[in-house]
Amino acid sequence: MTDLTRFTIASAREHLRKKDFTALELTDAHIAAMESNRHLNAFITETADLARERAKESDFRIKNGDALPLDGIPLGIKDLFCTEGVQTTAGSHILKGFRPNYESTVSQKLRDAGSVMLGKLNLDEFAMGSSNMTSYYGDVINPWKARGHSADLVPGGSSGGSAASVAAHLAMGATGTDTGGSIRQPAAFCGIVGVKPTYGRCSRWGVVAFASSLDQAGPMTRTVRDAAIMLNAMVGFDPKDSTSANLPMPDVEAALTKGVKGMKIGLPKEYRPAGLNAEVGMLWDKGAQWLRDAGAEVIEIDLPHTKYALPTYYIVAPAEASSNLARYDGVRYGLRVPGKSLDDMYAKTRAEGFGKEVKRRILIGTYVLSAGYYDAYYLKAQKVRALIAQDFEKAFGKVDAILTPTAPTAAFGLNDKIDDPVAMYLNDVFTVPASLAGIPGASVPAGLTAHGLPLGLQVLTKRWDEETLFRVCQVLEDSAKFPGLKGER
Amino acid sequence: MAYIIKGETGDWEVVIGLEVHAQVISAAKLFSGAATSFGSDPNSNVAFVDAAMPGMLPVINATCVEQAVRTGLGLKAKINHRSVFARKNYFYADLPQGYQISQFDQPIVGEGTLVLDMPDGTSRSVGIERLHLEQDAGKSIHDIHPTKSFIDLNRAGVALMEIVSKPDMRSPEEAGAYLKKLRSILRYLGTCDGNMEEGSMRCDANVSVRPVGSTELRTRCEIKNVNSMRFVMQAIEFEAKRHVDVYDNGGKIDQETRLYDSVKGETRTMRSKEFAHDYRYFPDPDLLPLEFDDAYVAAIKSTLPELPDDKKERFISQYGLSAYDAGVLVAEKENADFFEEVAKQSGDGKLANSWVSNNLFSVLNAKNLTIDQSPISANHLSKLIALIKNNTISGRLAKDVFEIMLVETGKDPEAIVSERGMKQITDTGAIDKAIDDILAANADKVAQVKAGKEALIGWFVGQVMKATQGKANPALCQELLKKKLAQ
Repeated sequence: MTDLTRFTIASAREHLRKKDFTALELTDAHIAAMESNRHLNAFITETADLARERAKESDFRIKNGDALPLDGIPLGIKDLFCTEGVQTTAGSHILKGFRPNYESTVSQKLRDAGSVMLGKLNLDEFAMGSSNMTSYYGDVINPWKARGHSADLVPGGSSGGSAASVAAHLAMGATGTDTGGSIRQPAAFCGIVGVKPTYGRCSRWGVVAFASSLDQAGPMTRTVRDAAIMLNAMVGFDPKDSTSANLPMPDVEAALTKGVKGMKIGLPKEYRPAGLNAEVGMLWDKGAQWLRDAGAEVIEIDLPHTKYALPTYYIVAPAEASSNLARYDGVRYGLRVPGKSLDDMYAKTRAEGFGKEVKRRILIGTYVLSAGYYDAYYLKAQKVRALIAQDFEKAFGKVDAILTPTAPTAAFGLNDKIDDPVAMYLNDVFTVPASLAGIPGASVPAGLTAHGLPLGLQVLTKRWDEETLFRVCQVLEDSAKFPGLKGER
Repeated sequence: MAYIIKGETGDWEVVIGLEVHAQVISAAKLFSGAATSFGSDPNSNVAFVDAAMPGMLPVINATCVEQAVRTGLGLKAKINHRSVFARKNYFYADLPQGYQISQFDQPIVGEGTLVLDMPDGTSRSVGIERLHLEQDAGKSIHDIHPTKSFIDLNRAGVALMEIVSKPDMRSPEEAGAYLKKLRSILRYLGTCDGNMEEGSMRCDANVSVRPVGSTELRTRCEIKNVNSMRFVMQAIEFEAKRHVDVYDNGGKIDQETRLYDSVKGETRTMRSKEFAHDYRYFPDPDLLPLEFDDAYVAAIKSTLPELPDDKKERFISQYGLSAYDAGVLVAEKENADFFEEVAKQSGDGKLANSWVSNNLFSVLNAKNLTIDQSPISANHLSKLIALIKNNTISGRLAKDVFEIMLVETGKDPEAIVSERGMKQITDTGAIDKAIDDILAANADKVAQVKAGKEALIGWFVGQVMKATQGKANPALCQELLKKKLAQ
């Protein structure tokens, strides 16, 4: 019998409707894969029984001809999404034992579309990290290895469990969240597709907050079409999220075949600093050529404030995080370490409950909002953020989409211990500007390094223009003929 | 009269600004659908967002916004068409989010004015600095367990309007008048019930002093959460005196937050400046700026009731009342409405005021009743006045009828008068006889009147009234007396 984990969402959907196999069989195959790949540490919580129940419900609907858009498709949910009755950790010790009484809007929508949740995926603690090494629940291992090497590599982060599980065919797709690159960078490291839609497309309700003005959910899949199918089910106006957009979503799946003929594509020159990794640079050139070959015009553009994006991000995001994470105080849920006084209980609980990176960002955020520093840091960062958004607005006056590398390098080793947090932050140098501008971005696997590790290309478009985003991504995917971990997708 | 504190080094005046937290009347909280009802079981009115569960988001309650705009209009203040919610960050066990959603540099309402009605009938204006919307915190209960505190989140997230005055008040009395007037306006508008005992209106007072004649603003102290108007006035009085004593002794006042101990009648340090919180305000990224247009404000404006100042002016011009009397009547809308019904039905504003403000209010005050609980309805009081005006009863008889009406609640004064034969005697024959008897018995006084002591006529009227058990028509008495004495 064919390995049922090898299908894409699009093809599995057809097979399920044709009753070539059942949703339960498809789910069982993925549960088996999940259970036999525990060494990857992609899941924090496995929900096999729940998955089987939901698969049976899908089979019932499919049998009756009432199939929902994602009926029977096994997905992983990043453990930042609150799931009703299922432990939700955000990768942090401080949420010990937390079982929400509610379901996040996005995971509810995926459930309402018939999909089957396999479990909760590992992530950097509170989504703060670019390597999945800050999780209280341990490192996630990238299923890819450098050719001829056995050393474990990071999957990227913060959606490291999501990327690893999809790349290793444990899940057909997964939800991710992207604050500064947390969908796109791990997608690139693991050789899959990751889409961060426009800020406001996916409701943030029920997603544990990191930086509210930046956090945005999106799909992580093995193909561009699968990402389109999944995203269609995730988006939509939610009156429970005041920043959610009440705008119609283009049918991105229908747009996939429209090509890029006549489009103008911009290559920002600021994304090619001296010392850019040669393989990354070469792949970028290749990507530009593919788009030219498909009938697009490729031009160089300026995004002059790019160099301020990372420092700006590392003011805005920690500032919001320092406030968002104040609720984890040991009073109402999660971890509580008793203390001699209220303040002592706070101190002990937060000292034990938060990891080093989270503490670092709370400290940074508290500092930049402090009296006497607010104007110099937070307020200035907000001004620069507006300039960065303006850069993109101007650019999109000239071009339909922007093409860049997703990350400055391929996946690095788990043991290439990165002690310098700033070096780690540099992983997001290409993804952060789009996050600050709120524009949609996607990473498409586009090639392998000489060592056989995946590299991604990033596509950016203007706000609400996911249609163009997916058209460009599809052309890149078609041209790259990226092999995938198992040689097929 | 100016409020002056006599110090050893000279005369001082006090500078007062008040911050009032007024709980918005709304069915649901500022950012959640949980109920706001007072006195529910602990933690029964709590939505996930009120408890700051992970991933929960605030959504603004349109009713609370409308109430804030309404209040701003009532304070004749500038309505800001764009305002921003900000997070005020601090840790406390009854503050689940670890921050309070408030407004900082861009409040929903800007500068306005409040007119104080002083006890001597004069009025003066106090500036309103701003009004902003914010969440209330929950409640910490420390007396249930010897070492633990309990938390009740019913109040957490309830909408408050923080109304900040300019430092325009110069005496405890003015502060009291400010609170009274603000409460009155809020109650007219229906935006806050003004109940200080239940905590739906709370007051912080900023107090400083300066030498009379000076225009400087010296260091102020903030007295937190004083829960009655009387205590606010007492706290200010104490605090101002304390400042003067410190300055007289060559000391200096430290900016700090103080508490008023109503038992000892003194203020004491709660938090000194070194321990003042750094609230790290920043715009709440979970909420978009609050924006509305002229049409929205105009629609709210069109539903505003007549407010106390306008009503007062109208009562003065329409019913001929004094400023003081009109001010007393309009302070509570229910009182004003009651008066106006009596005035309209009886067709006599002055008499209506006299019976409502003097007679009825003193009874209500003595019995600690509100106007809604009045034993005498507006209709019956109007009828009583009508009986006076059509000479059926004298003013003196009316007082007796009034007393009976208080006891026999719900009884029509006309019925009381006819059942008890209390009608005024307008039969000149009966009065003639009474007058003749009295004149005969008091020949000496008659002589005095004839000798020019006209004032004694009043005494004779009184005697006649007494003889007729008050039923004689006083005007008629006087007329007949004058005639007879002139003979």
